[in-house]
Amino acid sequence: MLLLVVLVLLLPALLSWPLGQAMARLIDPAETSGYGRLTSRFFSKIGGEGALEEQGWKSYLVSMMVFNVLMFAFVAIILAMQHSLPLNPDGKGPLELSLIFNTVASFVTNTNLQHYSGEVSMSYFSQLFGLMWLQFVSAATGIAALVALARALGGKKTVGNFYLDLMRTAFFVLLPLALLVALLLLAGGVPMTMDGAAVAHTLEGATQTIARGPVAAMEAIKQLGTNGGGFFGPNSTHPFENPSFLTNMLECMSIVLIPMAAVWMFGRITGRMRDAAVIFAVMMALLVLKAGAAVWLEGYPAAALSGLPVELASNLEGKELRFGSGAGALWAAVTTATSNGSVNCMHDSLNPLTGLVPLAGMWMNVVFGGVGVGLINMFIFIIVGVFICGMMVGRTPEYFGRKVETPEMTLALLALLVHPALILGGTALFAATPLGAATVLNTGAHGFTEILYEFTSAAANNGSGFEGLGDNTAPWNIATGLVMLLGRYIPIILPLAIAGSLSAKKPVPVTAGTLRTDTLLFGLIILGSVVFIGALLFLPVAVLGPVADHLTAVMH
Amino acid sequence: MQTTLSLSQLTRQFGVSLRLLPLSVIVCSGFYTLLVLLAAQLAPYSSSGSLLRSDKGVVVGSELIAQQFTQPKYFWSRPSAASWNAAGAGGSNLSPASLALRKRSEKLLAAFALKKGEDLPTDLVTASGSGLDPHISLAAARFQAARVARARGLSLDQVMAVLDNPANGKTTIPLVHESLVNVLQLNRSLDRLPK
Repeated sequence: MLLLVVLVLLLPALLSWPLGQAMARLIDPAETSGYGRLTSRFFSKIGGEGALEEQGWKSYLVSMMVFNVLMFAFVAIILAMQHSLPLNPDGKGPLELSLIFNTVASFVTNTNLQHYSGEVSMSYFSQLFGLMWLQFVSAATGIAALVALARALGGKKTVGNFYLDLMRTAFFVLLPLALLVALLLLAGGVPMTMDGAAVAHTLEGATQTIARGPVAAMEAIKQLGTNGGGFFGPNSTHPFENPSFLTNMLECMSIVLIPMAAVWMFGRITGRMRDAAVIFAVMMALLVLKAGAAVWLEGYPAAALSGLPVELASNLEGKELRFGSGAGALWAAVTTATSNGSVNCMHDSLNPLTGLVPLAGMWMNVVFGGVGVGLINMFIFIIVGVFICGMMVGRTPEYFGRKVETPEMTLALLALLVHPALILGGTALFAATPLGAATVLNTGAHGFTEILYEFTSAAANNGSGFEGLGDNTAPWNIATGLVMLLGRYIPIILPLAIAGSLSAKKPVPVTAGTLRTDTLLFGLIILGSVVFIGALLFLPVAVLGPVADHLTAVMH
Repeated sequence: MQTTLSLSQLTRQFGVSLRLLPLSVIVCSGFYTLLVLLAAQLAPYSSSGSLLRSDKGVVVGSELIAQQFTQPKYFWSRPSAASWNAAGAGGSNLSPASLALRKRSEKLLAAFALKKGEDLPTDLVTASGSGLDPHISLAAARFQAARVARARGLSLDQVMAVLDNPANGKTTIPLVHESLVNVLQLNRSLDRLPK
């Protein structure tokens, strides 16, 4: 089991180094690069001059928002009309309006919270041309935003062209990787067919309808792009999404690969690899801590079985046997460190304290985080860390040779507070009223955790859930839809505004008194600001939810 | 280069987006799916869902998907919160510390008629995440072997011999070295024993 944990964390970490270098070259090619000239000519031929010109951070953001609005509109139309579109062998009907809003908001924001069950509600056309397409372009949007941030921090006045970044990321980074993983998944037994459900006559004479479909294609980008929205309702617990121990390893490693590589890409574009190494080390330390805690806590048997004539074993409720013990907890830690949100076991059925691990991961939302946006979130904690250090020694704080002053700090604090405000505000409203209280499956503290988890997952753009919650209601669909949108765009816009404001300043020379941000000491400062500011904000709800749940279970 | 948010600027941005959006749909959804579908033709069995057929060619299930077994002559699958519905799968989502889970477990235990001092393997009282887990642990299979042997009029050794043959669905997970049995494959092999 230990070997499994080490492999799943170490292998992507090693691969992230060359991938980060490749990503920097593919998305941000040098002026002299033939590939760069060829691709920019191609995309501007189709998209026009607007897909070529250098943009300031403001027009970059405008382009991003415009494209995202159209992403939303396009897929909303597909979902609303799926019953009259092709590739619908099982005759799926139209979807309810608030569910369409929630689903599209969810996939546009790279969240993939699912208030529907894929095999029940979605046609193959909706899955492939609606949801899977969004899994490519929403991931590319996040990575593009990080590239823009890196260019600004690297001292450039312009931050590139959004369309060019988006297309290069989608076509030359995500597509080849997805193809590779999809081929491996095919080899591992994942189905890929356009035929409708199969009907089986079981050994005992019953009839079993077996839903299937073009699973392998969607599965690959779902894991790689920190999307997490599965073809089937129970996600990667489903044997067709995840048939074996080996596919499980592959999928689990695919979750962290690009988020890890994004850190090295950031280092290359800013020209500050030592800073990137420090950030990587902090994230890795938090990930190892999370994974270790989850695997350890989930090794305990389910409390509900104590005293019954059942063999003592780790908690198996909601788990598949073929992944081996420990694999569920490991995945739970990894999928919520990054904002992937796919699952290979049911999080609602994790031991109460284990459930705290995914929650904490999403509260921090910087342990590699979503593709691109994880590091953007981390940037806010870095700015706060720089500021606190500056205050301690009585100097104007600096980052990457630019002074961090009042306007930047105001924006940073706003960015920092959006996340807890969305989570705590939403949870309070839904826990105190029948809107949420009437929809929980489990009673008491565990039911409260179901509500808390749902808002946490929406705000963190994660998408996993405590699935006992009856969340396909209009209030849930609208509330979490809005939270996902706010939780996506505000934490992209504000950091880019900070970086833009920094890049407009005159560089200050490095002196002996400059706080260096590429040292172990500063790594500890980032770690501190993540843990003390990012996580401790949520201590009260952690006690009301998972901790109370654990203590009541122990007392019974 | 630096622009304000004017209407004409915005219209222009929509123009660029509207031209690039179809391109990305064609490439990311169309071209990519087509490539994966083509590759899938190399593995027709698994890419169509690993369907198992009877000697007459009738589909009896999928190697990867659990089905319900209630008769004593068959090995039973793990409990399923989705009632083995492979067109609407899911887990129980019950808290492992809940009274509801305890009550469900007590009910399941009653069906096994345990002898005093005997413990049931945990996977037989816990529902999987998908409700379609095709495996049970080797321990859970051995536990059921006596019942199956009795119902089929076979000796325990005969059933154990089928169970221990890797051709009948027994596998070992690499790295963690846990042994599992594919329930449908095992039951099919039992049905095929010469009478």
